[in-house]
Amino acid sequence: MQATATKLKGRRGDSVLFEDVSFTLTRGEALVVTGPNGAGKSTLLRVLAGLLAADSGRFTLAGDDGAELPVAEFTHYLGHRNAMKRELRVSENLAFWQRFQAPESGRGLSIDAAIDAVELGGVAHLPFGYLSAGQQRRIALARLLVAHRPLWLLDEPTAALDKRSDQLFADLVRAHLAEGGMAIAATHQPLGLDAVRSLELSGRHRAASASAESWS
Amino acid sequence: MMALLKRDLAIATRSGGAAMLGVLFFLAVVAVIPFGIGPDLNLLARIGPAILWIGALLASLLGLDRLFQADREDGSLDLLLMQDWLALVATVFVKCLAHWLATGLPLVLAAPLLGLLMNMSALSTGAVMLTLLAGTPAISFIGAVGAAIAVALPRGGLLVSILILPLAIPVLIFGVSASYAAVTDPDPFWPPFMILSAIALFFAALGPVAAAAALKGASD
Repeated sequence: MQATATKLKGRRGDSVLFEDVSFTLTRGEALVVTGPNGAGKSTLLRVLAGLLAADSGRFTLAGDDGAELPVAEFTHYLGHRNAMKRELRVSENLAFWQRFQAPESGRGLSIDAAIDAVELGGVAHLPFGYLSAGQQRRIALARLLVAHRPLWLLDEPTAALDKRSDQLFADLVRAHLAEGGMAIAATHQPLGLDAVRSLELSGRHRAASASAESWS
Repeated sequence: MMALLKRDLAIATRSGGAAMLGVLFFLAVVAVIPFGIGPDLNLLARIGPAILWIGALLASLLGLDRLFQADREDGSLDLLLMQDWLALVATVFVKCLAHWLATGLPLVLAAPLLGLLMNMSALSTGAVMLTLLAGTPAISFIGAVGAAIAVALPRGGLLVSILILPLAIPVLIFGVSASYAAVTDPDPFWPPFMILSAIALFFAALGPVAAAAALKGASD
């Protein structure tokens, strides 16, 4: 399986945030996107997830046999918000996403195993809204485990997490990569992952109409 | 998709859910009418179906703006949007269905009680229930379009109501005329009721597609 971005260009309103972003990821590889606030890290991830249209360029996933796969169905997107309902119990939230995002292969951890994997055993019966911000983030990470999808797009995954959970998160991503998954993460913090590629967005904006400028 | 239906129904019936809010508003609107009009039983019986329908329409509009906004605020909408087009349309359809089950169906069930307040005959009440059963889903499906357009606006509630009211007017007209036709002798009941059902089916097919397109366009 291979994820390929070709000359992606994205913008917010009139200012071009990034241009000529190209990379290739294969099984077991991770890409960390860095850059100052407003450099377009979130925009890049949303473009990759298909939630925003790229100005030009494209992002594709190809299976092991070379056939193109629909990005949305093989990708987990973890945005700034956790995509969990405060009114529902943790287990109900996870069970919903498990059933909703169930992949063809049917792989993925059980709800309890996923909650244990983020070291929050015993909170399954609590309403999601009762958890602290860090615990909520960890449950949001558990969502990535209950339904297996090969590519993870993570936007500030460690926001609100303490040091110990940072480590836990790095372990989860490592395990995912070791299984042949891929991950693209936008973050300010070092994730403690070794052997990852990095992509730096400079954050120097320009008006969409101005002359071309190199961003590499 | 069943999982989505179950989740939305669970949220609507938990604390802070919209399910009871609509019915309470319906009760409040209809219950004050007899006090305002006065104890003229014949008049109440005559305007009863129209009042029930207006009350049900306003109650259905209530809370429609939260249909997608709640999902947008907690980030779920992003994940719902990460589907192919047909699955997205089906998702919107299921969300409308859940919204109707949580807010529209209780209105239908509350109608007989309010019919008593309006001194309506059993036949008249039955006709109102039947027309509400056919008509309120249409309001949910029309409302989904408005809710999808206004999804990114912080206080889109009133805007949603104003956007969809013109489209909901035909539902009101045929709903009320069918209800009257059931109790007024020479008027036939079935033609307006059939048109009402046709409007509901039309919007059940068109609404989810339009709403899905609006959601795709509104993603930022």
